[in-house]
Amino acid sequence: MTSVLVVIESDQGAMAPASHEALTFARDYATSAGLPLNAIIFGAESGMAAEAGTYGAATVHVADHALLDDFGPEAWGETLAQAVTQTAPAVVVSCGTDRGNEVLAQAAARLDLPFVANCTEVDTGAAEMTRTQWGGSLLERVSLNAPTRLLSIAPHAFDASPAPAPGAGMVMPFAPVLDDSLARTKVVDRVVTSSGVTLSTAPVVVGGGRGVGSAEAYAPLEELAELLGGKVGCSRAVTNNGWRPHSDQVGQTGTRIAPELYIACGISGAIQHWVGAKASKNILAINTDAEANMVTKAGHAVLGDLHTMIPAITAEVKKRKGL
Amino acid sequence: MAELRILTLIKRVPAPGARINITDDEQFVNTQNLGFTMSPHEECAVEGAVQLIEEHGGESTVLTLGPAEAEEQLRYAASIGINQAVLMDNGGEDWDPQRTAKAIGDAIEQLESESGPFDLILFGNESADSGGFQVGIRVAHRLGRPMVNGIKGIEVHDDKVVAKREVDAGSEVYELPRPAVLGVKEGLNLPRYPTMKGRLASKKVEINAVAPAADAGGQAKVRLLRPVETVSETVILGTDESAAAAVVDLFEELGVL
Repeated sequence: MTSVLVVIESDQGAMAPASHEALTFARDYATSAGLPLNAIIFGAESGMAAEAGTYGAATVHVADHALLDDFGPEAWGETLAQAVTQTAPAVVVSCGTDRGNEVLAQAAARLDLPFVANCTEVDTGAAEMTRTQWGGSLLERVSLNAPTRLLSIAPHAFDASPAPAPGAGMVMPFAPVLDDSLARTKVVDRVVTSSGVTLSTAPVVVGGGRGVGSAEAYAPLEELAELLGGKVGCSRAVTNNGWRPHSDQVGQTGTRIAPELYIACGISGAIQHWVGAKASKNILAINTDAEANMVTKAGHAVLGDLHTMIPAITAEVKKRKGL
Repeated sequence: MAELRILTLIKRVPAPGARINITDDEQFVNTQNLGFTMSPHEECAVEGAVQLIEEHGGESTVLTLGPAEAEEQLRYAASIGINQAVLMDNGGEDWDPQRTAKAIGDAIEQLESESGPFDLILFGNESADSGGFQVGIRVAHRLGRPMVNGIKGIEVHDDKVVAKREVDAGSEVYELPRPAVLGVKEGLNLPRYPTMKGRLASKKVEINAVAPAADAGGQAKVRLLRPVETVSETVILGTDESAAAAVVDLFEELGVL
């Protein structure tokens, strides 16, 4: 019997949170299509089969192979292509993360099948779906003609939730036939540059735009972010000026953030930036321009100068924390 | 090390500001009042190619599949130091990812049979407009070459290319045998601006034409639509430092203090 197959993204044995979104979406889709929900994991089973089960997966194909014990786009993509050929799912779903899209594209190239990236809505039967363009600023309705439908879902488009009735999460070993040469794109080393909270996981992000004025003027933003256990982000104009490293950039070509609170200081809110920030649960804009896109889209705003507002907010935070 | 040959793929895209509008037939972005550029990831790919040739010597080529007007983006690449330019004019039609990859793969095979293999082929991680996340990967597979996407650091050695990919807490390192294909991201470098001398020189660069031909793939555009924006009534907490207390009240309410 055919199925819906979810590609589980993981790193060194830990499932990526985005996979919970993929599993949740795929479970709802499988239910409406009347198909079983299965999953595939790469590397040795480390508890991820049971985790997938809590999200509704019935069978979990475990592709344990020396070439899959760390990430490698070609080995993972080839493994997925072989699993698709052998198990003939109707639909294959991954999350639209860097790795999720890359592995699906590798498999699609090998199977010579179309691959629809970053879907936000999929019709039952998957003959038509809606996907993001421009990082989510625009949507495209597409038709898909393929014997197996490969798609990824846009990050943050679907809320993850465990299944009301868990799936069996039954482990089924899957042995791919992989040529040693595929080691050519396997991760050989890692460089850890930050520990603890990161821009994409921070509960609070203090973002600065062109209005901050200089690299040095970010010090008050750093101090406020630190006090709130958050990180500093910035707009593209700022990295183009060389004020902040690109790794701080929030936007279509930077990091997508989804904090509890985004404090956007002196940021006009061009679409390039907005698509990276719009998953924030709450936005506070600090800007002198009441007409700025970021101000009109924010839940709260202070129509003042960030250079005096941020120190005042920091002083108030310190006072309440007894610092 | 022998001189390098590097190919960079670019795409002409509109440069939108605060809002993207759609044409009445819902098929295209309304570009009436917009300028054009190349995708930001690709600007960094072009700059990366120029830097590698400056470091190691050799020759760089830029290729685009798009309308005849994409000559503007090819000349821009030439103005910052790319040596050769190839235009595949598809009349500005919207080609799906499989079709695009097939046509580009054919063109690369043709260019390599004429002038020798490219040591390194650079794509942007994804195009700024359609964002399919796959053309470079399909082309690399077709050519039988290693490919890693999401790259923000490149070193070319005699026998390999060392590539770095940014992840949440740092970066992953890959070592690809040459010839290799990489999908790069903005942040690889800070692209330079063209000099007057570069602009003048770019006008003399010959644009080679390669006719694209490939069948449509399995994905087809039905229409474009704008996402539903939740309109929020912005609560103004104040206009000066006296708003600080209300701001920190909000922090407490949201549980982030």
